[in-house]
Amino acid sequence: MAKRKAIVSTQECVACGCCARICPRSAITIPHGIYAVIDRELCVGCGKCVKECPASIISLEVTEA
Amino acid sequence: MKEKKKWYDYLWIVSLTYLILGFFNILFAWLGLFCFFIPLAIAMIKGNKAYCNRYCGRGQLFSLIGGRFGLSRKKDIPGWMRSAYFRYGFLIFFFIMFFLMLWNTWLVFAGAKNLGTVVTLLWTFKLPWHWAYHGTLFSDGVAQFAFGFYSVMLTSTVLGFLTMVLFKPRSWCVYCPMGTMTQLICKAKNGAASQKQEA
Repeated sequence: MAKRKAIVSTQECVACGCCARICPRSAITIPHGIYAVIDRELCVGCGKCVKECPASIISLEVTEA
Repeated sequence: MKEKKKWYDYLWIVSLTYLILGFFNILFAWLGLFCFFIPLAIAMIKGNKAYCNRYCGRGQLFSLIGGRFGLSRKKDIPGWMRSAYFRYGFLIFFFIMFFLMLWNTWLVFAGAKNLGTVVTLLWTFKLPWHWAYHGTLFSDGVAQFAFGFYSVMLTSTVLGFLTMVLFKPRSWCVYCPMGTMTQLICKAKNGAASQKQEA
C-alpha cells in the first residue's frame, strides 16, 4: 500500500509553527526559526498540517512502501 | 488526542484584553510594545521563532475564531501573498508607516503639533477616539504615541481578520511583519552560526 508523508516547501515556509501545533504525532519542529522540519519516521501522513498551513506550502507525498 | 493545554495556550486572552483596553484608556496601548520586543529578543538571543510558534496571542485568537468558531473559508492564500516580494514589501511598508508614526509623536512631543485624539485605521481612516483619552502623563507625546501605536495594532488586527475570513485562520502569520522580521533575524543568526561550525 502507498504511504503518505508530509513535505514542506522550505523556501516558502514562514516558520509560524501552525503545523507543529496541530500535529498529533509531534513530528514537526521549527528548530532554527527558518522553516518547519518534519520527522519522516514519526509522520503518518494524516494531512492535518497540510490543511492547517496558512501559506499552504505543505503537501503529502506518496511513497511506495 | 491532543496534549494537555499549557499556560501559553491562553495568551489569546491577553491579546483580546489589550484590544478592549484601548477602547477605555488609550495609554494601555503602550503595553503592545511587549509584542514587539519579546519576539525580537527571543529571535536575537535564542535564534528561534518560539514567539510565533508558542506565545503569539494574536495567532491563537485567529485560530480560535477562524478555526474553532469557523469564521474562515479555509481557502488557500493567493500565491502572490506568500511570495517573498510581498512579505518583504509589506515589512518595508510597515516600517515606513511606523517611522512616520514615531515622527508624528516627536512633533507632538516637541510642541510643534497638537495632540490628535484619533485612531487611524488602515493608514487612512481617522476614527474619533477622544472617549478613550483621559489626560496623559509627562507630555502629550506620550498620548500621541499611544494613539499611533494602537492604530498600528488595530490596523494589523483588522487586516489579519479579513485574511482570516477569506483564507485560512492564521493567514496573517504569512505576511506578519514581526514574523518576517524574526525569521530574517533567525536566518542571519543561524546562518552565521552554521558557518562558524563549518570553519
